[in-house]
Amino acid sequence: MAALLEAEGLTAGYGPTAVLHGLDFAVEERGVSALLGANGAGKTTTLRAVCGMVRTGGSVRFAGEPINGLATEEIARRGVAHVPDGRGTFMELTVEENMRLGAYTRRDRDGVEADFERVFGYFPRLRQRFKQQAGTLSGGEQQMLAISRALLLRPRLLLLDEPSFGLAPLVVQEIFAIMRRIREEQGVSILLVEQNASLALDFADRAYLLETGRIVVSGPAADIREDESVRRSYLGY
Amino acid sequence: MAAEDAVPVEIAAAPASALPVTASWLVTPALVLLALSPAFLVEGFRLFQLTLVAIYAVAILGLNIVTGYNGQISLGHGAFYAVGAYSTAILMASFGLPYWATLPVSAAICGALGWGVGFPALRLGGLYLALTTFALAVAVPQVLKHDALERWTGGVQGVFIAKPDAPFGLPLSADQWMYLFTAAIASAVFILSRNLLRSRIGRALMAIRDQPTAAEAMGMDLAALKTRAFALSATVTGIAGALSAVAVEFVSPDSFTVNLSITLFVGMIVGGVASIFGAVFGGLFVVFVPNLAEEIAGAAPGVLYGAILILFVFVLPTGFAGLLRRAAARFGRSNLANKAPQGR
Amino acid sequence: MEGLPHQLVAGIATGGIYASVALALVMIYQATHHVNFAQGEMATFSTYIALTLIQAGLPYWVAFAATVVVSFAIGVAVERVLLRPMHDAPVLAHVGIFIGLLLVVSNLSGLVFDYTVKSFPTPFDTGGGPMLGGLVSGHELGSTLVTLAVLTLVYLFFRHTSLGLAMRAAAYNPTSARLVGIRVGWMLALGWGLAAAIGAVAGIMVAPVVFLEPNMMLGILLYAFAGALLGGIDNPAGAVAGGFAVGIIENIGGAYIVGTELKLTLALAIIIAVLLFKPSGLFGRVVVSRV
Repeated sequence: MAALLEAEGLTAGYGPTAVLHGLDFAVEERGVSALLGANGAGKTTTLRAVCGMVRTGGSVRFAGEPINGLATEEIARRGVAHVPDGRGTFMELTVEENMRLGAYTRRDRDGVEADFERVFGYFPRLRQRFKQQAGTLSGGEQQMLAISRALLLRPRLLLLDEPSFGLAPLVVQEIFAIMRRIREEQGVSILLVEQNASLALDFADRAYLLETGRIVVSGPAADIREDESVRRSYLGY
Repeated sequence: MAAEDAVPVEIAAAPASALPVTASWLVTPALVLLALSPAFLVEGFRLFQLTLVAIYAVAILGLNIVTGYNGQISLGHGAFYAVGAYSTAILMASFGLPYWATLPVSAAICGALGWGVGFPALRLGGLYLALTTFALAVAVPQVLKHDALERWTGGVQGVFIAKPDAPFGLPLSADQWMYLFTAAIASAVFILSRNLLRSRIGRALMAIRDQPTAAEAMGMDLAALKTRAFALSATVTGIAGALSAVAVEFVSPDSFTVNLSITLFVGMIVGGVASIFGAVFGGLFVVFVPNLAEEIAGAAPGVLYGAILILFVFVLPTGFAGLLRRAAARFGRSNLANKAPQGR
Repeated sequence: MEGLPHQLVAGIATGGIYASVALALVMIYQATHHVNFAQGEMATFSTYIALTLIQAGLPYWVAFAATVVVSFAIGVAVERVLLRPMHDAPVLAHVGIFIGLLLVVSNLSGLVFDYTVKSFPTPFDTGGGPMLGGLVSGHELGSTLVTLAVLTLVYLFFRHTSLGLAMRAAAYNPTSARLVGIRVGWMLALGWGLAAAIGAVAGIMVAPVVFLEPNMMLGILLYAFAGALLGGIDNPAGAVAGGFAVGIIENIGGAYIVGTELKLTLALAIIIAVLLFKPSGLFGRVVVSRV
């Protein structure tokens, strides 16, 4: 069975500078793939490349269809939800408005209402803060809001850029626990970028290790987690 | 994404030279002689038009100093032109000064005004400054018509002055002398400006335009440089205005509406932003094209004018001067192998 | 109808016009961070279209509606054709485009509709004298109500519809807007269309008072700028308040302080004062940009 997301020879860059030099990776249906690596390795750029936010070369296929070259908003409309680096919250808008924007492209009113309830189930705090301005939320709450917004798209593929960034360990655990629930209950595939390798390897099925724009190690997450030499030289633990 | 559709960002980053830098000791006098020659080759209305070309070229050069080279967008340079023109007219009509003596005074007044405008301009960037100067341009005719100043400005009627005859009994008509005088002043202004803009100060101005934070971090006094740029710019455009008063022999509020400021802006873009020689192209454009446009487009020269501006922004953002520069570069590249590297 | 109360009321009436144009300016500024210098000329052109339709025999309000729709379409077209390819260009290039647009539109008005000053009909002619106890003319009252209605509709649109929300999102954070599937380019075009439509309403309301000629809106544009700045160039509600404030200041200032000849200079003075002392306007946000 073909993977939901398949990238082959993916290159990308900013202006004249090339950042990714030919990546091959995939995310299976209902699977979780993790992109690991140090700062500057190109992890965020990879997610941006999948979404068409930077200039790309090579091939990216989503559900069998090529998507590289498409505009970001068209890719989103196909069911790819990206929780970006920095969360991309609409600070001036309320929590409610942020969430409604997540569901902007959907036509099924009842489905949207049901998803709102489901999301409140994951993140009850958002119901409390519903009418508040999003800019006043804490870091952890903004992360929850960002994930909710993505879920309200009812995506087939969720791109998560460093969900643990800048958050207290307890909050991070909470979020990862919820991500497990999301994966089980909704069957969403996930492409996860994380600096916190152990967290990511616990969660993912497959893992790819990036170093300056190239994939140096790839394989089942469990294997990488067990492989001491890889862990020590690339992941630092 | 649509990044590929973007217009090339050359419009703000153009370097300073459209002409070959080599042998400037030969090129400059040759150009000056070329500039003065029409006095003897052309006459009547055509000569008057060329006088205006020289005047507008100077005015556009002034605008270019502050907008093209220093990045402070002014849509109100007509105000400085007006002040220069009115100063000269009033000095001649009410105070009896000879035309040539009014030039330094008008220049100084405009310089002071430019500096005065430069201060609030420091707080404004990009569009806010364009907006404010636009408002200034619109307000100018109103101020000129005001009763309080009528004693000097002549209110709505304006002020009439007379073109001077050639001095020292030279065998030249008044028109010829006017042209020579204007072209000589213009040449002097161009040469001085070119020297200034190619010097360290010119580079500092451009550094402020392109990377103000870095410029400041390198120790440049942004406030001083920017206000002085405005002052210099106003002085140059003011000189043009002063010359225009004498050449046209008349000033009135309706000669200095917002359209004048827009015309100067158009001349700068079409001639070439951040180009000294571009100002000459700009002058030629604003004097001759509206008439041409009228012949081609009948009753709609303004529409053509605006369309040409838009076309230039899209297709030739560095103006005629930029086109020339590119052609020169291509020519220069083929010769480069044969010549030793030239110093500036 | 002299006296302070009338000046005040007249100020509110003209303020409504300024508030509408200020709103149009702010909408475009919010979405694109550019000020449309040609807003006034576009509104004038729309007003000419309205006059043509009325003279062709259409009832006033039908002509009104048709003009608004056509103006909307023109606004959308201008954005798609002229502005879209300029997206990444520097400020100077944008100013060049706006000025070029100003020249083309204002001269087009003169070309197509000629330069003679024309009178424009008002549907609020009470035939008799002033209303509300001598405070206000029929047209002043009518035009104030119309502009208030337009402003209210625009407010409701942005606050309570999904499309309005999408447009605000596209203006605040185009990148994130794309991530939720919003076609940001079209949101910008819609914003332009809406701004052009609002401008058309303002033009139609003011023409009976100042008479229609190609440069009709130039002064009004300046007052609208002043109002938008006073209220906060990135705050639509503030811009509306600013527009009304400028209307009142202009009328009172013109009547009692500087005289009518210098009213435009007063606008300039307001602009400079705001930019010098409180650049973000009375209600705007102070934006800090990181290096």
